[in-house]
Amino acid sequence: MLILSRPAAAAVAVATQAERPPLARPAARPRAASGAPRAFAQALLPWLLPLALLALWFAGAARGWISSQVLPPPAYVWETLRDLVTSGDLRMHAGASFMRVGVGFVAGTTIGLVLGAAMGLSRRVEACLLPTFNALVQIPVLAWLPFVLLLVGIGEPLKYILIAKAAMVPVALNTLQGFRQTPAALREVGEAFGYTRRQQVLEIVLPHALPTLFTGVRLGFTKAWLSLVVVELVASSEGLGYLIVYGRQLFQLDLVMAAVVVVGAIGYAIDRLLDLLERRLNRHRRSAA
Amino acid sequence: MSTAPDASARDIAELAAAQPLAPREEGRWRGLVLPLAAVAVWWLLASLDLVNSALLVSPLRVLQTAFEQIAGGQLQRALAASLARELAGFAIGTVGGLLLGAFLGLSPIFERVVGPSFNTFKQISLFAWIPLISVWFGLGDVAKVVFLSLAALVPVVVNTCDGIRSVPASLLEVGQAYGYTRRQTLLEVVLPSALPAIFTGVYLALIYSWLATIGAEYLLVSGMGIGNTLIEGSEHFRMDLVVFGMLVIGLVGWLMNACARALERRIARRLGRI
Repeated sequence: MLILSRPAAAAVAVATQAERPPLARPAARPRAASGAPRAFAQALLPWLLPLALLALWFAGAARGWISSQVLPPPAYVWETLRDLVTSGDLRMHAGASFMRVGVGFVAGTTIGLVLGAAMGLSRRVEACLLPTFNALVQIPVLAWLPFVLLLVGIGEPLKYILIAKAAMVPVALNTLQGFRQTPAALREVGEAFGYTRRQQVLEIVLPHALPTLFTGVRLGFTKAWLSLVVVELVASSEGLGYLIVYGRQLFQLDLVMAAVVVVGAIGYAIDRLLDLLERRLNRHRRSAA
Repeated sequence: MSTAPDASARDIAELAAAQPLAPREEGRWRGLVLPLAAVAVWWLLASLDLVNSALLVSPLRVLQTAFEQIAGGQLQRALAASLARELAGFAIGTVGGLLLGAFLGLSPIFERVVGPSFNTFKQISLFAWIPLISVWFGLGDVAKVVFLSLAALVPVVVNTCDGIRSVPASLLEVGQAYGYTRRQTLLEVVLPSALPAIFTGVYLALIYSWLATIGAEYLLVSGMGIGNTLIEGSEHFRMDLVVFGMLVIGLVGWLMNACARALERRIARRLGRI
């Protein structure tokens, strides 16, 4: 099998991602359909591992194999989680986190869209900006942190800037990618119809770039959420990430675990939501085509 | 596991996003305009004393710091410590990831049992595990390496499993037609076909573990490393040290990127020749 060079392979993968046929999955072979008990067993299998781990955790806590300082019993974690919800602490911390992600994500996405579109539409802008952009992107969020920290202090702007930077990168790159890959045939059709530049962009380039663009936005959100946790772990006095650090400092591992569960659940839920949106968007496009 | 195919698509898209897009050939010189202008403005501002702030260090000062760090051997020691950790975590995570990914890809039952749990696990930001890791493994090198191996493990598992499962059915049928044994099928059909995806996973693992190295040095503060240089600079309000540390981190990441890509191209060429 011929291997494409990486950028080319990635570009092809992104380009064909929307219309890629579903992969053949071994689990879906016909033998799975040999009767209801079989199907039931298949549905049960994924729960085996988590249940076994949970049972081990319960047993370990009950029999005192591990001290609760190192691994608090599940009941304890559950109780802490409930306390967090009923006391309103969770709402306060989650509110702070959502605020940060919201501001950072919106700012980052806007900048990313503008930058990506500018680079995608004008070769001159691209030639001027892209190398610098690529170089700055190589430096991870955590390396930017001390720099921005010294510049703007430890307040909210620090979090907004870092989260915005994290969201901006995939949005800008995917926008550029999407704008670049307008098929020449479509462009020629536009020319044949005598489209103005504005019409070209609004009615040909943009609709065609939309799926790639949306993938960028979703990735941007994932990155924003990830950096939120990192930033709050390092420098904050409220928020979900802070809850984790706080629990760690007090050696309250139940609090740490409860907070990790909440962070994971929220990230997962929002990712699913965006995924659903993206899929619906793609289906619309395909049925329209 | 219904999320596997789109998870792979996502990873590829993520890779595309992590990958700098290659600038077009013509007008290369234009790319230099912005950085040069920025450095010139920076220099001007710093030397004119227009902004009276200790934070606005001149580019010359940064160069001087770089020279001091290199001549004094601090940079070499910090980098060596960071890279040793990075490579240890990368190696452990990659080996573990290859094994886990291969099992996931080859055995449908194993996939049913472990796959969904693994997918849930990888949804949780790795950094959120650091406080737990620090309680279980302390703040030293062990904890850092554990964290780094986790960071390297995830992309390798996802891509290995995916590469194995997307072997074209037609190729498998050819193997069957030739009466291949299971071993032959694995070595001569599945492995060559899955190799590009597997390599993508390893390549991502290299990048992820470098990012995680910085993260680990930040959040498990002890010992030395290039991340600690940054923290030190930040704590002592030494912008020159911070800028220098950032440049080094970016440069190392870029070098790793370039090396991995060159290696991949060489392997691809060799595979193409067979």
